[in-house]
Amino acid sequence: MDYNIAWFIVVGLLLTGYAILDGFDLGVGALHLFAKGDHDRRIMLNSIGPVWDGNEVWLVTAGGALFAAFPEIYATAFSSFYLPFMFLLFALIFRAVSIEFRSKEDMKAWRNFWDACFSIGSIMAALLFGIAIGNVILGFEIGADRSYQGTFFDLFTPYTLLTGVFNLFMFTMHGAIYLTMKTEGALKQRVERWVLKAYVPFVLFYALTTVATIYLRPAMLANFSFGYIPQEGTTHQLIIDHHVLISVLAWLVVLLNLLAILNIPRAIHKNRPFQAFISSALMMMAIILFFALGLFPDMMVSNLSPKYSLHIYNAASSQGTLKTMLILSCIGLPFVVVYTTIIYRTYRGVTRLDESSY
Amino acid sequence: MDVEQLSRLQFAFTAMFHYIFPPFSIGMGLLLVLFESLYIITKKRIYETITRFWIKIFAANFSVGVATGIVLEFEFGTNWAAYSRFVGDVFGSPLAAEGIFAFFLESGFLAILLFGWNRVKPGMHLFATIMVAFGSIMSGFWIIVANSWQQTPVAYELVTDAQGFTRAVITDFWGVIFSPSSMPRFFHSIVGAFVQGAFLVLSVSAYYILKKKHLEFAQRSFFIALLVAAGASLLQPAIGHISAHVAYEHQPAKLAAFEGLYETQREAPLYLFGYTDPETETTTGLAVPGGLSFLLGWDTDMEVKGLDQFAKEDRPPPVNAVFQSYHIMVGLGMLFIAMTLLALWFYFRSTLFEQRWFMKLFMFSVALPVVANQAGWYSAERGRQPWLVYGLLRTKDGVSKSISAEEVIISLVLFALIYLLLFFTWLYVLDKEIKHGPDTHEAQETAYPDRRERIDVLSKTLH
Repeated sequence: MDYNIAWFIVVGLLLTGYAILDGFDLGVGALHLFAKGDHDRRIMLNSIGPVWDGNEVWLVTAGGALFAAFPEIYATAFSSFYLPFMFLLFALIFRAVSIEFRSKEDMKAWRNFWDACFSIGSIMAALLFGIAIGNVILGFEIGADRSYQGTFFDLFTPYTLLTGVFNLFMFTMHGAIYLTMKTEGALKQRVERWVLKAYVPFVLFYALTTVATIYLRPAMLANFSFGYIPQEGTTHQLIIDHHVLISVLAWLVVLLNLLAILNIPRAIHKNRPFQAFISSALMMMAIILFFALGLFPDMMVSNLSPKYSLHIYNAASSQGTLKTMLILSCIGLPFVVVYTTIIYRTYRGVTRLDESSY
Repeated sequence: MDVEQLSRLQFAFTAMFHYIFPPFSIGMGLLLVLFESLYIITKKRIYETITRFWIKIFAANFSVGVATGIVLEFEFGTNWAAYSRFVGDVFGSPLAAEGIFAFFLESGFLAILLFGWNRVKPGMHLFATIMVAFGSIMSGFWIIVANSWQQTPVAYELVTDAQGFTRAVITDFWGVIFSPSSMPRFFHSIVGAFVQGAFLVLSVSAYYILKKKHLEFAQRSFFIALLVAAGASLLQPAIGHISAHVAYEHQPAKLAAFEGLYETQREAPLYLFGYTDPETETTTGLAVPGGLSFLLGWDTDMEVKGLDQFAKEDRPPPVNAVFQSYHIMVGLGMLFIAMTLLALWFYFRSTLFEQRWFMKLFMFSVALPVVANQAGWYSAERGRQPWLVYGLLRTKDGVSKSISAEEVIISLVLFALIYLLLFFTWLYVLDKEIKHGPDTHEAQETAYPDRRERIDVLSKTLH
């Protein structure tokens, strides 16, 4: 265990926090237009009203952490995915201000416009995150100067579109599950139907994405194959030394992941929305773990040559900076957990409208 | 235009647009703390009305600030990848710290500030307000720390790795945090933000006073904001002076451009206004002889380095732009002192709110601190050119290699359209909130018969 691995884990945790938290409010956004009537739409907006801003901070902080700990990843990722990333930013801008502006005016056209911006922005963001992850899994054209050699259109392949759509269904289901905790009455019944409607394509696309990933890039399994499947680039000494332990743990997570997925419809059926939400959150944690473990120690794979790949050592800041920033994170992150807990406790329970609502 | 120029334009546009909003949030954050403390201490309902109205205005600013701020967190990577690789070790740290220590604090307690009035105890709400104000100042701290290192880089060494990539690496973390310019620039920016936030409250209050609406609300808001505006305006020249001094010591070319000083000389003049001519390398205008020498060394005979000490390619281009923006900032700063002192004088003669011309002036002055803050940052950033990191990395060497001019044009045009839409929607929403005005005590009372019942009762009436 060195500072580089610790930072790989910290960045992973920040992205996991982001996926679980902003995942549900992007999902709520994706479902927004399916809600009929102003009251239901306001309930949906206000269910994420106090928390969406904090959820987005996880992304901003993950960006800052990448910049500080792995500047090469930060630079390569955002300059390679230039236009898709700009579209992602526009989507995030639109959905953020839509929440604020939508209910400030009673005109129907006004509300419909911001409703559409909010929903399309959320859907775009969910798709683009998935497409970005798909590109990182398959690798892209990173050259000797660590810059992207491909074009905008190279980033959109059937596989990356598949991961994009999968991510959209995952977030949508996750958002619907969140809404089951925040709604009551007829809206709650409708939301529960949404969960099941999103669940079927989610499971299908999950299976499809898994098969496609293993087929197109078997090396994603290398780190949990008990040493049978060779890694494409370098294999980390930690994996070589502990490949049995790591593989056993990883397959346990696979099993738990399956159970969590199966538990979602069960918990909804038994009217245990919080249990369903936790299951969904655990499932997302597991997916990010598979993704991270599949890549490790690489962070961005070059499909031009493995020697151009960026990994936790050649992409990292100096040891001094990693150490200082790790200490600062260990001081700061417990506070983050405390704030987040306070906010979610304060706003727990069913969402109702009052005069400070959106 | 090439990728470099387009990227500079895009960064300038997105950063300047973003910077309309955070100073409002920082300045109004301080005022919200004052308003709400007065409410908690005096228990007067008028302060509840005041606090709750300004929270609504604060919210509209804040969300546009957040939405446009996310862009900046990633724009170093999208357009300035070479720069990010070069400085990530140094520059990334304060950015990460900003997220961990400021943004989470700010966004977490913002939820209570905006939606918690009926959910948490009054003391807890005040605490949340203080934390949001503190968090917004801390985010200013970290980002100015990062920017200041670009202005006055210290505590680093250049390291070349096995593959031949050179980058700057921190040698002393606290040295980076407290680089020579970071503290003066931090205080200068935050005090500028206090002025901007206070002027928004002054402007809206003056509007109500002119309309003879919500008078008690408006006059109390006006007076408290006036105290903040006057205090901040008076403090600003002293901090600005220190900041200019640091610039002279560490970035003499920048200060020479600010002051339009081409020729190194004793008894350097201080231009009050004028223009610079790049052909003849002279500055024409009204000047205090020896003024600049006096301000920099308290000695009119001190020799001040001019632009002639620097090779043409190391001078901030064009000098006149920086000269003018710097003078706009200074001139407006002086105007704020005059306005606020005059208003205080009227106030203590109890005639302030009858001065209709003066109320009108305050109503329209809301844009002036925005211009002053923008002009200040424009001077600081344009004055740093041609360097991205002063003396270390040129702007042209920092740009991303993998992006094309077409891509940047697409994003730039979209930013322009989207931000235009945002700007006018923001103005529209603010205008609507202001025209609606504060809710009266009666409206607040009848809506909530019992504090514990408030939320449920209201949601039933809305169903």
